[in-house]
Amino acid sequence: MATNVTNMTLIDAVRAAMDEEMERDPRVFITGEDVGVRGGVFRATQGLIEKHGEKRVVDSPLAEASIIAIGIGAALADLRPICEIQFADFIHPAFNQIVNEAAKMYYRSNGAWSVPMVIRAPYGGGIGGGLYHSQSIEAFFAHVPGLKVVVPSTPYDAKGLLKSAVRDPNPVLYLEPKKGYRAIKGDVPDGDYTVPIGPARVAREGRDVSVFAYGMMAYYAVQAADALAESDDINAEVIDLRTLLPVDKAAILNSVKKTGKALVVYEDNLTMGYGAEVAAIIADEGFEYLDGPVKRLGGPDVPAMPYSHPLESAFMPTPETIAAAIRDVVAY
Amino acid sequence: MTTKAVERPSAQLSQETLLEMFWMMLLARRTDERAWVLHRQGKIAFHASGIGHEGAQVGAAFAINRGIDYVYPYYRDLALSISLGVTPLDYLMSTFGKKGEYSSGGKQMPCHYSVKASNIVSGSSVVATQVPQAAGTAFAIKYRQETGLVDRTDDTQPRLALTCLGEGSTSQGEWHEGMNWAGVHQLPFICLVQNNLYAISVPVDQQMAVPNVADRASAYGMKGVMVDGNDMLAVYDVMKAAVERAYNGDGPTLVEAKTYRTVPHSSDDDDRSYRSREEVEEWKLKDPITRFQQYLTDEGILTPDALDDYQRRAKAEVDAATQAAEAAPWPDIEELYTGVYAPLEEA
Repeated sequence: MATNVTNMTLIDAVRAAMDEEMERDPRVFITGEDVGVRGGVFRATQGLIEKHGEKRVVDSPLAEASIIAIGIGAALADLRPICEIQFADFIHPAFNQIVNEAAKMYYRSNGAWSVPMVIRAPYGGGIGGGLYHSQSIEAFFAHVPGLKVVVPSTPYDAKGLLKSAVRDPNPVLYLEPKKGYRAIKGDVPDGDYTVPIGPARVAREGRDVSVFAYGMMAYYAVQAADALAESDDINAEVIDLRTLLPVDKAAILNSVKKTGKALVVYEDNLTMGYGAEVAAIIADEGFEYLDGPVKRLGGPDVPAMPYSHPLESAFMPTPETIAAAIRDVVAY
Repeated sequence: MTTKAVERPSAQLSQETLLEMFWMMLLARRTDERAWVLHRQGKIAFHASGIGHEGAQVGAAFAINRGIDYVYPYYRDLALSISLGVTPLDYLMSTFGKKGEYSSGGKQMPCHYSVKASNIVSGSSVVATQVPQAAGTAFAIKYRQETGLVDRTDDTQPRLALTCLGEGSTSQGEWHEGMNWAGVHQLPFICLVQNNLYAISVPVDQQMAVPNVADRASAYGMKGVMVDGNDMLAVYDVMKAAVERAYNGDGPTLVEAKTYRTVPHSSDDDDRSYRSREEVEEWKLKDPITRFQQYLTDEGILTPDALDDYQRRAKAEVDAATQAAEAAPWPDIEELYTGVYAPLEEA
């Protein structure tokens, strides 16, 4: 199918997905803090209130638990809410509504009540956001059956995955790498297409080592792999996991089978982070493919990412630190 | 203040409806009592009781469009749920956790009422979480009406969301958050607080600094009303006014029904540690079923023979339900794994 493409930023793709889904389905509405006339603090919803009206783009009171609960109640009444949590760090007051309510509703009603809602949240560091505007919160939620957890790293996936999330009959936590909102650009088809929730994506083919990442770290990992191909003749494969729950085990194992070596990169605290599960899957089901230990590169085990620039920089993995970690794994 | 009977919506209720209301109260009471017995026999793991609350619950249920308006109950709402179509067999099946029980297929504890076909929404055990959800459902009702998806006067469609909870649960932040949404958006929403003076053991004066939950309504820009929760028809009257307000687009209502549970909080509670026997006995004299039964008898609506017949039928129905629930099969172990994710719709 021949369609026009537009080169756009990741946040433009997020906005395009919401705009098109609102046009497609009158049940879709948006709520969250400052999503209306302000267009969101990051401008993700800019222009949507003008186009779709104030009944469908609704500024919420400043209370995150209620943003999610209103979404749940509306979804139970067959609307299709898109709830924005302004920063992922602010999602914790809504933890009970997400984990105990949205995620368990279908199970606890034996399949009678479902919660088709999307929770959008910008996450991750590198923008001078300090302890409470930089957090990576995916591990808490990827532990919860009944939820789906999605993290795009390209504009193409951002639009296609968000459309799938809106159409999914289950609650989907859609995490947006905020440092990449305008830094990450790419071609996006005009009009409708979807990217299925579930499958990981081979972001870069390689044969020497598998690098598993998502969000901003997937973007950096591709940069690191490209640099190493030039400088060290290392040909790294990068798997962008894209969907953290349900996890695409087959994609992880297929890549390790090919390369025999694995590095997992995430910017959350290292211990008990999402990468621990990836490492466990490889150890459990891919042991015989391995030609070295599975390594993880993550943030330090401190409470959160500090504000001061050198401290923040020392917390975040970068293309350079990822490249160094890849070298170490390959050299084993 | 005295109210002329003719001004009360309950004065319009037919004798048939009044007797149906009595039957719901009685059936709920007998079912509740049976669950206590089954627990003491070691046959079921849990029951949370609504004994003493039947007046508030049946009065509320009959004021809404039953089976169509959305209801978010709490764990004490057996009489409310029975008024909305849950049967003694349904409830007793859930106390055993038997295969296919109506609310959750054996996944939830009993008293977590849920019937999709009747718009009774499944709740959890963390109190007050249902309040902002009910506000979200009320938001959806208003959204559908204002975006032209439904007509506001169409009574085949839900036109309000009712949620219930105890006074202790109003201490939760999420109660405030839900009430605030309902007020800001003037939603078709009713919050019925069944104030029975204790949150398990904690008395109301350690729960809040004002004497009445209804006093808080003004903070949400909504109407707040208090009613004697043991006077079933009085509850019906204030609820009916709240329902009309919601249907007419005039906004939400906080209804506080003052009542009392004359039994412990649940099968695993012992209320002797926190309240006197004298206090409990005093409240038993105000029992909502006895009171309504007296009213029906005084009005000549309920004859002694008819009362005997109701009592016999209630016992027979609960006996039969007990036997059927006990004999019913357990869930298949495979059901542990079902219902985690809703399947994607085929394109």
